[in-house]
Amino acid sequence: MTQTSPDALLTVQALTKRFGGLVALDQLELEMYRGEIIGLIGPNGSGKTTFFNVITGLYGADGGNVRFGGADITRSTPQAVYHAGISRTFQRSRLSLPLSIFDNIMIGNHKRLSQGVWFNIMRRGAFRAEFAASFEEARALVEVFDAPLADRMLEPVGGLPMIDRRRIEICRALISRPKLLLLDEPSAGMTHDETKQLMDDILEIRDRIQELSIVIVEHEMGVIERITDRCIVLNFGRKIADGTFAMIAADKQVQEAYLGLQ
Amino acid sequence: MTGKSKTSVASILPGAVTLVLATVYLIVLLRVENQATILALLGVGIAAVVMANWLGWFASVGQSFGEREGPLGLLAVGLAVVVAGYFHGDHFVLLLLCTVLLYTLATLGLNLQFGFAGVLNFAGASFFGIGAYTAAVLNEHTSIPHLFVLLIGGGMAALIGSLLLLPVLRTRGHYAAVVTIAFALLFKTFLEVNDLLGGPQGLQVKSMVLFGWSFNNNIEIGSLELSFYFAYFIASVLLLVGAFILVRRLERSWIGLNLDALRLDETAAQCFGLNIVRWKVTAFLLGNFLIGVAGTLQGFVTGFVQPNSYTFADSLIFVSILLLGGIGNPWGVAVATIIVVIVPEKLQVIQEYRFLLFSSLVIMVLLFRPDGLLPRSVRNYFPGWRP
Repeated sequence: MTQTSPDALLTVQALTKRFGGLVALDQLELEMYRGEIIGLIGPNGSGKTTFFNVITGLYGADGGNVRFGGADITRSTPQAVYHAGISRTFQRSRLSLPLSIFDNIMIGNHKRLSQGVWFNIMRRGAFRAEFAASFEEARALVEVFDAPLADRMLEPVGGLPMIDRRRIEICRALISRPKLLLLDEPSAGMTHDETKQLMDDILEIRDRIQELSIVIVEHEMGVIERITDRCIVLNFGRKIADGTFAMIAADKQVQEAYLGLQ
Repeated sequence: MTGKSKTSVASILPGAVTLVLATVYLIVLLRVENQATILALLGVGIAAVVMANWLGWFASVGQSFGEREGPLGLLAVGLAVVVAGYFHGDHFVLLLLCTVLLYTLATLGLNLQFGFAGVLNFAGASFFGIGAYTAAVLNEHTSIPHLFVLLIGGGMAALIGSLLLLPVLRTRGHYAAVVTIAFALLFKTFLEVNDLLGGPQGLQVKSMVLFGWSFNNNIEIGSLELSFYFAYFIASVLLLVGAFILVRRLERSWIGLNLDALRLDETAAQCFGLNIVRWKVTAFLLGNFLIGVAGTLQGFVTGFVQPNSYTFADSLIFVSILLLGGIGNPWGVAVATIIVVIVPEKLQVIQEYRFLLFSSLVIMVLLFRPDGLLPRSVRNYFPGWRP
């Protein structure tokens, strides 16, 4: 019955994921448009990260389907989802700590780099040109987030503070120019001021890339209020509210989910 | 604003001086026969290294190797030839040098597998042996040119290694290691019961002939007579240089990055489009190829292959070289091979106990310097390049 509207970027229908007897996602319905920023909120264990993992192909869905840009990606591998234009960050930052900032960002650029063995080993001149162009691009992207950081591109990530790691993780997700960015608790482990800075950065990126759609999982309601166009509230894997922040904040069910029954 | 490379490139001098000093030390060590003197010499060597490290001299050495690798590599090759030239008539020393070079080559293959892709291989000596047996068999029964025999030896190691691919790809970490251990044990038994391959007695390998020139004749240049091992030494150097360049270029490319990414976090790598199977297979096969090529030439050099030369214990030697030298750093591998191969040969007293000694050395290194004697540095795609 759900008719997907023409400019829907992501359409999720009756998406279900079970872990044994636990229903982590229960008949989830969601429609998202190009350029939209959606906040995905809900208490711990309500299925937010599971939703990301199912979308990106890390978990197989037990029912329902996911369409992205018109194509069915429900059964796609993580690789195929990335190639289709979805990239993500992780709740527990998953950077490669011994590698440099540049290397980490280039991991996210996989689909735009030449992967042939012959090219990489024997055509070093051509490789050098690709390397130099990629370096400039990565540097320019990091500069948007933090100018001093852009001068430290060859330093290992392991020595950087949490906020810089988050920035690099977002750069890694953005460098391949995805259509949809999934941010899983970008502010986890950061102070209030750092969180604010990071959100400013994200809004700036959004202004530069108008087409970019973002789904953000976040516990800080201030952040959600400030940057999202619309919010979706999950509880026990079910969608219990869908609307602007003001709407969901006034919603009785949402209040109950967060505060418990009076 | 990023220029190509600024003028302030690190000096080549610290690296060059270190190489020359190491060469002199090596020559002296190889010359001396008296056990007490050797022991004293080793003590002096260790003290010098500890001292230099304490004074912070190695930082500049590391920098000059990092940024001027090309010229320093060339110098290292030149100095290796000088060492071989100094001992030009000494079969024993030249054989030892060949062993060092070929073990380094094989460990570079292991480095590709374990150091980059994170695939443990405890059957290094088996694949080394596959190369050597290939040399023996092809030499006996066919007249394939020996240059191709080298390639076929590497190919055989990769091919037989591909038997392990399925179990290795379906298991992770320790479990994959157990698969390779099982292979190493089976391989030796297979050789021992196989009469076609000479059983426990092994096979003879006839001399190598390249471009119509037999390697097993002593070389006479005017009045100078070189050991026939000198030719094998040169062949080993050439192979090692080729492999070194290959491994370095691989590391300093998107492929090296792919391998690091899948070793460090497979899940994240998947989410950024990386085909895990493709790159693990590439690293495993290419690594085995290098190990096989090294083994093939080693078969020619020793002129003799037998199951007892390619045991699980020998595989552990390769792994300990890698752990000792610094996983991922080819220079570290070279240094560690020199230590592991030459010290027990010179110091007869420890021959019996060398496994005990290596294992305690490896444990010490893992405890106090977990990244090895010469840790791998952050990737720089072009030595000397700065943003």
